[in-house]
Amino acid sequence: MTRKQRRGILIGTCLAVLGVAVGLVLFAMRDSIVFFYSPSEVAKMQIAPGQRFRLGGLVETGSVVRGEGTTIRFTVTDRASTLPVTFTGVLPDLFREGQGVVTEGTLEPDGVFHADNVLAKHDENYMPPEVAKKLKAQGVWRGGAEAKTADPQGKMN
Amino acid sequence: MIAEIGHYALILALGVAIVQTLLPLLGARLRDPQLAAVAAPAAQMQFVLVGMAFIALMTAYVTSDFSVQNVWRNSHSAKPLLYKISGVWGNHEGSMVLWVLILASFGAGVASFGTNLPRQFKANVLAVQGSIAAAFLLFIITTSNPFVRLDPAPFDGNGLNPVLQDPALAFHPPFLYAGYVGFSMAFSFAVAALIEGRIDAAWARWVRPWTLAAWMCLTLGIAMGSWWAYYELGWGGFWFWDPVENASFMPWLAGTALLHSALVMEKRDALKVWTILLAIITFSLSLMGTFLVRSGVLTSVHAFAVDPARGIFILAIMGFFIGGALTLFAWRAPLLTKGGLFAPISREGALVLNNLLLTTACAAVFVGTLYPLALEALTGDKISVGAPFFNFTFAPLILPLLIAVPFGPLLAWKRGDLMAAAQRLTAAACVALVIAVLLLAFRQRGPWLAPFGIGLGVWLVMGALTEIAYRVKLAHGSPAEAWRRLRNLPRAAYGTALAHSGLGLAVIGIVATTAWRSEAILALKPGDTADIAGYTLAFKGVAPRQGPNYRERVALFEVTRGGKAVTELTPSKREFTVERSATTEAGIHASWRGDLYAVLGDQLKDGAYSVRLYFNPLVRLIWLGALVMFFGGAVSLSDRRLRVGAPKRADAKAIPVAAGK
Repeated sequence: MTRKQRRGILIGTCLAVLGVAVGLVLFAMRDSIVFFYSPSEVAKMQIAPGQRFRLGGLVETGSVVRGEGTTIRFTVTDRASTLPVTFTGVLPDLFREGQGVVTEGTLEPDGVFHADNVLAKHDENYMPPEVAKKLKAQGVWRGGAEAKTADPQGKMN
Repeated sequence: MIAEIGHYALILALGVAIVQTLLPLLGARLRDPQLAAVAAPAAQMQFVLVGMAFIALMTAYVTSDFSVQNVWRNSHSAKPLLYKISGVWGNHEGSMVLWVLILASFGAGVASFGTNLPRQFKANVLAVQGSIAAAFLLFIITTSNPFVRLDPAPFDGNGLNPVLQDPALAFHPPFLYAGYVGFSMAFSFAVAALIEGRIDAAWARWVRPWTLAAWMCLTLGIAMGSWWAYYELGWGGFWFWDPVENASFMPWLAGTALLHSALVMEKRDALKVWTILLAIITFSLSLMGTFLVRSGVLTSVHAFAVDPARGIFILAIMGFFIGGALTLFAWRAPLLTKGGLFAPISREGALVLNNLLLTTACAAVFVGTLYPLALEALTGDKISVGAPFFNFTFAPLILPLLIAVPFGPLLAWKRGDLMAAAQRLTAAACVALVIAVLLLAFRQRGPWLAPFGIGLGVWLVMGALTEIAYRVKLAHGSPAEAWRRLRNLPRAAYGTALAHSGLGLAVIGIVATTAWRSEAILALKPGDTADIAGYTLAFKGVAPRQGPNYRERVALFEVTRGGKAVTELTPSKREFTVERSATTEAGIHASWRGDLYAVLGDQLKDGAYSVRLYFNPLVRLIWLGALVMFFGGAVSLSDRRLRVGAPKRADAKAIPVAAGK
């Protein structure tokens, strides 16, 4: 085998692996990325039923209703718009009314967000940064909740 | 007083680090060996000073000195001693001191034990190491001083985040940092080689033990973090592709590649430029991890406080070291003597494939981790890239590597015989295939690919055993002869076999848990029973209990399997009074089948409790596999110490190179 052939094989293999990797990444980018919206954005946008996204905001005070079995209904608000959410499962430790929450799921034709994952952080004063930013952007930020602690915060997922 | 001593020691350490950086480089320029000789004692001194600062901080924590702001924020007098100690690195400032302490200890290690290094080269290595320490010490002193006092001193502290009050997490950061920071040694060796403009096989021999030590610690650190997340967060999962997890995983991937490419360089004097680049990339990824965790650009369980000033400072440090090293690389790398090419089917070729796949997989993780940040900066859109992305990109890239692993050690250097290697692996392949087919036949649920995943893990373990069997010539010759060979086998061979079979065990655990996990979310009233994976759990009720610094509500489940009592599970919800925070303590029953995992949820309005049950088959193999990998690294390292005694620089008579016919 000549030197040239050896080099050719090496470069060819590298390009092939890189090509596959780029292909996989681009394909996965299209399919498995989840956008983050606030209730107002959801109200403005046309989101197709079944499209997964993350909905973030505050759990509206007095909105949490425990239904049949382990199904829970609550409303997520960004103080401009609200969206009802239903979730079946065990809520995180610090899921509280009036606190920040991020939920992931799909908006169904009945206008209810069916969450299959609820993320709340382990910090009493925690406000998901996405929520804080969106609230600030909409001018309804009231401050105070963005307490800085040096401690690591709760698990996002 | 103690806090002031610590603060003073930190500032002195900064001064020493600057001396350690400048004098040796100046000595190299002026050809003054005495200036260069300053490096080693300076590195040792720096270690002593940072150690003093660390002990000072720890003393403040143990004695609950709340006049130190950092202690007040992160500790409490009612906390158990272990968590007072681990509280030192449970916060940004303290963990930075630990970070620099480990950095200094690696520097002092090279200064003390690197007696076989050429004098000027050693001085250059320590100078580069000193410059990293200087940058981070400056960072600590100016933006994150842990010794700031409070006046008047508060009566009691704020406490440590309850999810961090856990034994596994107490030791997770030190190991993780030892891994992250240990790669700085490979970086310093690489930059020193670039400064000198020469590099040879001896370089790889010097750098490998340090890289191996760092890699071992990182392996264990990541495994501990995963283990902690598994039982403490109550999600029952072991890996979430969380950005900060990825930040530790990327240096691991690159570091694993580095270990293998350094092997080629050591044995065959090839892949030199690539190995240097990989050493730079590995530590760059460690720096990036540090930046991601501490700048607040990411949110995660491990993320520290959001402080833009710190983020910009670390970004500057990162830019300086990565940019500087890559510029130096671009400038000096063409001067380095190239290694030869080699036959594609050879040990070298297999290790190149290993490097190619590991770095590509690492790049895929990199894209997935940073893409959301880049997109938000460019368009303002907020997205999250979750597990589906990583599973889809990472798995196909790592799969061919896992298939190829057993072939590598069986191929000869220079020119290997793929057919002969395949022949030797026939038995291993048959065992793996039979297990896969049996699983496929008896499978009741789960994806059809899963049995082959298990087969892959078996293939890795059997392949590692095959290599040992081949090397002791088990098939030919008497058992006594094989036993003699077995004892005379270099420890590095055992290290390789252990590390590769550890990987196999982890693969089996990951596949089994992912494919065959059972999950149930139920509303249970006291007296109800639930069935999962052959177990029957009788819910007896919930009772309050008082812990040392928390109150908890404990549920009691009596677990039976086939009518026989197995165990009692007591998942609980803890309310930490000081921290005003709650945690979920899962009830876990471990057996050889897997883990039965119960989580207590909220009380529902009709007196029932929401309860989450999992059965995670073979999940412990994941951490056992990591432990075996760590142990393999340790065995290999103990071998190196014997052999590292006499590496010589390859001078005029260059090592012959296979290629170039």
